Amino acid sequence: MSWFYLLSGLFLGWNLGANDAGNIYGTATATKMLKFTTAAIISSVFVVLGAMISGYGTVRTIGELGDINAIAGSFTVSLSAALTVFLLMKRGLVVSVSQAIIGAIIGWNIFTASPTDMKSVAEIISSWIMNPVLSGIFSYFIYSFLTYRSKKTKMHILRIDVYMKRITILVIAFAAYSLGANNIAKVIGVFIASSPFRDIQITEGFTITALHQLFFTGAVSIVIGIITYSNRTTETVGTRIYRLTPLSALSVIFSASLVLFIFSSSGLERMLNYLGLPAPPLVPVSITQAMVGGVMGIGLAKGGRYLNFRILGKTGLGWVITPVAAGVICLILLFIVKNVFDREVYKEVKFEINKAVIENINSNGISVENFSGARDSTFESHQSFRLFLSSLGYVKEEQLYSIFKSAKLEYFRVDSNFAKSNMNPYVFSAEQINSVMSLHNEGFRHRWQLVDRLKSKSPEWNALPDKYENLYRNKKLNDRIIEVCDMFLIK
Amino acid sequence: MHIFGENTHQDMFLKKTKKLEVQIDEFLDKILNASLYFKQGVKYYLSGEPDLFYDALEKIDITENEADNLRRTIETILYKHTLIPEQRGDVLGLLESSDKVVNNCKEVLFKFSVEKPEFNNEYLQRLESLSESSVTSVECMVSAVRAYFTEFIKVRDHINKVIFFEKEADMMAEKLNREIFGNPGLELSKKIHMGYFVTEIENIADFAEDVCDRLSIAVIKRYG
Repeated sequence: MSWFYLLSGLFLGWNLGANDAGNIYGTATATKMLKFTTAAIISSVFVVLGAMISGYGTVRTIGELGDINAIAGSFTVSLSAALTVFLLMKRGLVVSVSQAIIGAIIGWNIFTASPTDMKSVAEIISSWIMNPVLSGIFSYFIYSFLTYRSKKTKMHILRIDVYMKRITILVIAFAAYSLGANNIAKVIGVFIASSPFRDIQITEGFTITALHQLFFTGAVSIVIGIITYSNRTTETVGTRIYRLTPLSALSVIFSASLVLFIFSSSGLERMLNYLGLPAPPLVPVSITQAMVGGVMGIGLAKGGRYLNFRILGKTGLGWVITPVAAGVICLILLFIVKNVFDREVYKEVKFEINKAVIENINSNGISVENFSGARDSTFESHQSFRLFLSSLGYVKEEQLYSIFKSAKLEYFRVDSNFAKSNMNPYVFSAEQINSVMSLHNEGFRHRWQLVDRLKSKSPEWNALPDKYENLYRNKKLNDRIIEVCDMFLIK
Repeated sequence: MHIFGENTHQDMFLKKTKKLEVQIDEFLDKILNASLYFKQGVKYYLSGEPDLFYDALEKIDITENEADNLRRTIETILYKHTLIPEQRGDVLGLLESSDKVVNNCKEVLFKFSVEKPEFNNEYLQRLESLSESSVTSVECMVSAVRAYFTEFIKVRDHINKVIFFEKEADMMAEKLNREIFGNPGLELSKKIHMGYFVTEIENIADFAEDVCDRLSIAVIKRYG
């Protein structure tokens, strides 16, 4: 049954392959610069590579936004996003699955009374605006440069054509890679916590993890979309807004894929942070909207022609309507799936309030004065805990998010043998492994307790000062901490 | 040569392109040569040198045939190998309208040989100048088309020259016709015959201008 639930995500993947991948090579195949088969093969290979190599960053962002812990919930969230896109597209709005999935996740959070990480929401919304703007700026410069060069060149038009074909192949490959890396999160992001896959150990030291299997399945669903349906969408691309000359199309696709790459590359994030610069968030963004921005950029490069303000307006409207509609549809569907089909759309989590938890809440910068009269108590659900907190006057989403994290009850027990065999020496330092092993048989009720204990055992678990150049390292360290915690979590 | 003893697919592709580039150049050379034979032919006809005139006529006939064959070959290759898919239509249009210029040059010279028009001495010098202006506009047209293929930025300059020489030919033809038809000492039949050839020579510049009109559109289509 759990495999069936994956279908809604795979449907989104298929949709992505059929529509968005079609956008990438639509102009090239419509103008017969490239055969469909060639374009489809190149795109398929690079979509899978992108998803497998660089897809994790955006998937994590989606995971941070909503920890959807029951697969029927993931199914419903995914289905709501697909349904929203379908309904709004019929209304002629420029909609994106990225916005729908975010709205649907927030819908799940509301339904389950889980607080939403407003920091992630802010990052995601900023990326929606940055996406077309950046793409427009890129395409303005890329197009201006290419036109300038090709006007100045003394190369024969036939030779330019040959080189253009080669560049087009490279750009399509890059665009497919970026699409896979950035958009895989839309397909499988909501299934991370409830994945039906289990690790498969091939040989000693070589395991195909559940996460890899999930990524690969998602990527394959995109490939199926490319193979089965994208040839139909590429035909319509020929008449869409970005029916431009091959040079303009190349600039638009290249800029759009650059933007997608920027929003999914941890390598770039690392480089920018290393230089002491802020890096863009790793968020799934819409390639269609990036392309709309790209076309606008070309319009500006041509002196204001092709600027279609109706499409701009529709895109802006889509930003507002899509997430709201997806959230509402998700709420309704979750209600139906839970009450009519009697499926578990979320697993109840327990919370407790005691002196240690209150101290931890305080250490996260939240005033704990309101807890002064509260007795030690345990809460059986998100709803009851949220009610309790609101009775104490905690209503701000950011505060709730932090308090929920501190009070969440999880059980951990460290096993040194398990640590020895499962902690990869290429990922963890010897000191880190030893510090974990030294905690043998110790139990913890909260994630932060285990983390604090680790930090007390070895300074290598401590984050570096909060500066841009340390951001990437801290993020990686956090990933390792999560890995260790999940290793000893008693499910 | 490739490491395995054979050229790679891509290298072969460039080789094919190179061959086609040469053929397009040859085609444009033929147009240029035809216009020069035309100029020579008119000059020899007006100076009363029939042997040289017929020699020019024969050469223009051969050149026209060769240009036709080359054009067909180029068109076939362009379609067969789906080269320059976006500009193909424009390029074919350009080649065909350029070919019409050659056909026209040949036709006018043939008409000279068949109808043997008689011109008064007072008009001979100006008729030769008219043919020179028309041929210069064809020369500039060939340069414009060549620039479209290889040096895009210069197309505009060449088109401007074509327009300039076409206007000059136009003015010369009009002035000549007015004088011919205003001459009371000439019979109407002779006036009409002379006026017809003046217009025919001037038309060559018009054909060159037509090619440039197409070219202007092709230029806009390529980069906007």
